[in-house]
Amino acid sequence: MKKWNRAKADAVTVHVVLVLIGIAFVVPLLWMIFAAFDGDATLALQVPQHWTLGNFWAILSDPANQRAFVNGVIISLGQSILVVIVAGFAAYPLSRYHLKYKRPFMYTILFSTSLPITAVMVPVYELFVFLHITDSIFWTTLFLAASGLPYAIWIMKNFMDSVPIELEEAAWTDGASAFSSLRKIVAPLMLPGISTVGIFTFAGSWGNFFVPFILIQTPSKLPASVTIFQFFGQYGSVEYGKLAAFSILYTIPAVVLYVLGQRYMSTGFQFGGATKG
Amino acid sequence: MAVHAFAKSTGRRNRVPGGVGHHNGWRAIMFLLPSWLLLAVFFFVPILLTFYFAFTNLSLTGTSSLATKFVGFQNFVSMFQDPTFRISVIKTIVFLLFSAVIGQQVLGLLLAVLMNERHRLFRSAIGVLVIAGWVTPEIVVAFIFYAFFSDGGTLDTFLSVFHVQPIAWLYAFPMVSVIIANIWHGTAFSMMVYQAALGDVPKEILESAAIDGAGRFQRFVRVTLPMIKGSIATNMMLITLQTLGVFTLIYSLTGGGPGNRTTTLPIYMYQQAFSDYQLGYGTAISLILLMIGIVASFVYLRMLKVKL
Repeated sequence: MKKWNRAKADAVTVHVVLVLIGIAFVVPLLWMIFAAFDGDATLALQVPQHWTLGNFWAILSDPANQRAFVNGVIISLGQSILVVIVAGFAAYPLSRYHLKYKRPFMYTILFSTSLPITAVMVPVYELFVFLHITDSIFWTTLFLAASGLPYAIWIMKNFMDSVPIELEEAAWTDGASAFSSLRKIVAPLMLPGISTVGIFTFAGSWGNFFVPFILIQTPSKLPASVTIFQFFGQYGSVEYGKLAAFSILYTIPAVVLYVLGQRYMSTGFQFGGATKG
Repeated sequence: MAVHAFAKSTGRRNRVPGGVGHHNGWRAIMFLLPSWLLLAVFFFVPILLTFYFAFTNLSLTGTSSLATKFVGFQNFVSMFQDPTFRISVIKTIVFLLFSAVIGQQVLGLLLAVLMNERHRLFRSAIGVLVIAGWVTPEIVVAFIFYAFFSDGGTLDTFLSVFHVQPIAWLYAFPMVSVIIANIWHGTAFSMMVYQAALGDVPKEILESAAIDGAGRFQRFVRVTLPMIKGSIATNMMLITLQTLGVFTLIYSLTGGGPGNRTTTLPIYMYQQAFSDYQLGYGTAISLILLMIGIVASFVYLRMLKVKL
């Protein structure tokens, strides 16, 4: 009887602690949600007196903001497509062939995945100035694609390893080239891998502030991540409702991608599985 | 060597398209070429440039912008005489230690342990709230905590219930503020890593420890912790590397200030390179960042014990 009471007390404590942590996590977020629908939002969390969609409308109807969202989509989508294709090509021989330099190459790839990109941004900027390619959406996208490649190649190779080679052998016997068997047999079978890489690349790119902040200067070329920062700098200390609405609009794609990508997520969090060669 | 190469090529995967062994090399190069090109130009060249520019007086304005020259270790000599550099190293260590190593790591593990074996719905409800912080883009995290910590913001309003005078937290406690914001943003990653790790701990072992009379705490310290120590080490390295590169959150929340109170290495690097236009000196700082990253990555690789 005594033991049962203790177990029950334990369970209650655990639930109370978890609920408190949950509240601590949700309170800062609630400000953004309430303020966005509030006509006269302040910095403090409060339930709106007058609910309104005016803040959202103000942000969305501004052509500069529309432009920023379009730029963001161009950069993020361009980066994701490039990364998926280039990493898919790179993963194929790494998964299928016996290559002399496979080990050092894979080590370099894995090593590069963990380097903080912040550390190379100053020399990258210098390189861009030297090549006269600053202030360009195209080159910024290409740089972002390169920075996303190591992780993508690593994931793609592991997914490709799980596609049985026998399926391809049948196609080769029928005279298919490596390229067409990659496209017609391997790619459809590793759709989960392609989705994982595509979704995570897009989400990472969409949320990336530092890279376009350094490499792009012209306001009309900036993606939403930088435009929202400039909005904060100009109006952030007065237009709280609009800032919150802008933040929600900018966060929605990240949330949608997370939900889409969630079913493949567990693979990314089991280091054991990911490191099998 | 030739024999070795031959022995390797007689594997199951020898039967490649076309079936001719020595065409393999060329085909592989064709497939790898686009990725090699991109990585070489945008990743490895900048890393090499870091090593080069760190030893020059490269700048965007002034006389030296016209004639960039090799200055040897001058940047590093001035670095070690520069009090702000010393401050930013200390700020970086404090930020790393409290927001990643202690904050995210401990809170993530605590959440995973407490959520383990709770009701599914309850688990996912709490999980969603924590993950929301992780999904939110870094710049929005900065806005949210700007509102939370501002003079007259959410925290002050809440504390006024207990008759606490309003405090401008971002000025009074800037480092604590950015650390809390980063914990809010990053904890979900550690939580998910530990949820996966705890799922792999066999229930039988925990049950037999319970039968032997081990209490909840003892089971955790003696059984669970040793079994997940691999995940702890890996997670530690990953979040250290992530936190080392944090720029956006601090830059938009405090801008490194007030004064130098939240100037971590990435912020100081940015200020030197792009506000003071001392690109050579800024590059020298990023070389230090890069070296820390390289060392941490090597440790990480060793810990993973990867078999390729």
